[in-house]
Amino acid sequence: MFELLGIPPQVLMGQLLLGLINGSFYAVLSLGLAVIFGLLNIINFSHGAQYMLGAFVAWMLLEYLGINYWWALLIVPIVVGATGVVLEKLALRRLYHLDHLYGLLLTFGVALIIQGLFRNYYGISGLPYNIPSQLSGGQNLGFMFLPNYRGWVVVASVIVCFGTWFVIEKTRLGAYLRAATENPTLVGAFGINVPLMIMLTYGFGVALAGFAGVLAAPIYSVNPNMGADLIIVVFAVVVIGGMGSIMGAIVTGFGLGVIEGLTKVFYPAGSAVVIFVIMAIVLMIKPEGLFGRNA
Amino acid sequence: MTEAATMTHSTAAGGDALLRIEGLQGWYGESHVLHGIDFEVREGEVVTLLGRNGAGKTSTLLAIMGILSKRKGSVTMRGAETIQMEPRHIAKLGIALCPEERGIFSSLNVEENLMLPPKIADGGLSVERIYELFPNLLERKRSQGTKLSGGEQQMLAIARILRTGAKLLLLDEPTEGLAPVIVQQIGATIRQLKQEGFTIVLVEQNFRFAASVADRHYVVDQGRVVDMIPNAELDANIDKLHAYLGV
Ligand SMILES: Nc1ncnc2c1ncn2[C@@H]1O[C@H](COP(=O)(O)OP(=O)(O)OP(=O)(O)O)[C@@H](O)[C@H]1O
Ligand SMILES: [Mg+2]
Repeated sequence: MFELLGIPPQVLMGQLLLGLINGSFYAVLSLGLAVIFGLLNIINFSHGAQYMLGAFVAWMLLEYLGINYWWALLIVPIVVGATGVVLEKLALRRLYHLDHLYGLLLTFGVALIIQGLFRNYYGISGLPYNIPSQLSGGQNLGFMFLPNYRGWVVVASVIVCFGTWFVIEKTRLGAYLRAATENPTLVGAFGINVPLMIMLTYGFGVALAGFAGVLAAPIYSVNPNMGADLIIVVFAVVVIGGMGSIMGAIVTGFGLGVIEGLTKVFYPAGSAVVIFVIMAIVLMIKPEGLFGRNA
Repeated sequence: MTEAATMTHSTAAGGDALLRIEGLQGWYGESHVLHGIDFEVREGEVVTLLGRNGAGKTSTLLAIMGILSKRKGSVTMRGAETIQMEPRHIAKLGIALCPEERGIFSSLNVEENLMLPPKIADGGLSVERIYELFPNLLERKRSQGTKLSGGEQQMLAIARILRTGAKLLLLDEPTEGLAPVIVQQIGATIRQLKQEGFTIVLVEQNFRFAASVADRHYVVDQGRVVDMIPNAELDANIDKLHAYLGV
């Protein structure tokens, strides 16, 4: 077996895989943020809480109703997305004519409330959620051991990300969305129901967060703070990729996960801050983000 | 408005107007810009709104469409009152806007721009017919919408509202900033559309162009319709018109 700079390939590959898994969550979550920001112009600060909600709803479905992981993958995004639709209808839509800051503050407040409620009922120690039996175990790839569930997380994220990209960039529905992102007034004047589109788009973005929460439940412990910790990094990812760029969010998400993983190998002390360092550099050189359309 | 003007334009419009506007007022926030717009358009007519910069022509079209939402008075389409309606419901009555800034979407290619407005009624032009009218758009259908030349973007902005089944087209200065050959092409297109049965409200500053396509002209000044001149009487009224337009 070869060694790279004195680093055994098992370690390198292991961290690369870990990076890809983190990157999967970064990608799915920043994709949701980008979709929401594109059309609603709102920085959805409750995204982390909605991700946590996804993990908790999956746990509750199993614990209280005996509904398994596979059904949860389907049901949870719908349930969490529906809470997003309600939030949009009752609160967010009253803020569209105001500065971005108000949407940010409202969603931040919502995040604190959701997290507070869950902390109150479930504490912070974390609840276990087992890997579905079909995905337990792993593959020996020769150079490393690949746990099946982790491989599945990467595959599922890639499918969801590129499915979303395809719908937005290549379909008629996506053309409505892109057009409404540019000029909602004119799209409305063509007879399209823009308020409905905005509501469903927010619901979809939130559903993506819920989906990521289900994926996370078996790997990270299900606890009220799981979103709050992750979302800070995800915001940095969005800033680096450029607000509102779909492909930017996906590529940056996976890419930064990998970079973070590699940093763990070559300079472990830097791994916790590398994304923020990159963010600072990008902000100085290209403030609109790597894939941003306008400054 | 002079008494003579009032008389001519109520008689000229006749009984069954497709679009009838009475006492239309409009505001941008607190700023009152339309003070009393009155005019009518019959089925199959091409009618222009002439007037100098800032007279309120664009604002009138936006108020008809409901985009200028703070408005008062009466706008009826085939007898249906629209003054309280939202733009998307007004669109469904068969009114479509080609905006002054053209409104081509940069994140959509030419074909996507063309196919964007949903069908609201039967009887729109087929896509084949549209590409026949605008062959350039067919050649460039995969290009980004905003990569087209100004003239092509204008064609696209007109083309995309022909598919939907809307019968009343509001065209806001389609010739603005375009080369003379393109202006001629757009003139030919408008005459063609009239033949196909479309009713058109055309905002223009270029009254020679207006004269080449329209049946009647309404003069807008300081947020009011101040006169109506049938196209046949344009020459006789040329001095008056020059005074209105300040040319
Ligand atoms: N978005 C806006 N907010 C405030 N005032 C506006 C706005 N748009 C136009 N106005 C004002 O409303 C009045 C009418 O403008 P409008 O655009 O309707 O004129 P117009 O006849 O279309 O002029 P032009 O020939 O230059 O296009 C003008 O005084 C203009 O300054
Ligand atoms: Mg104008």
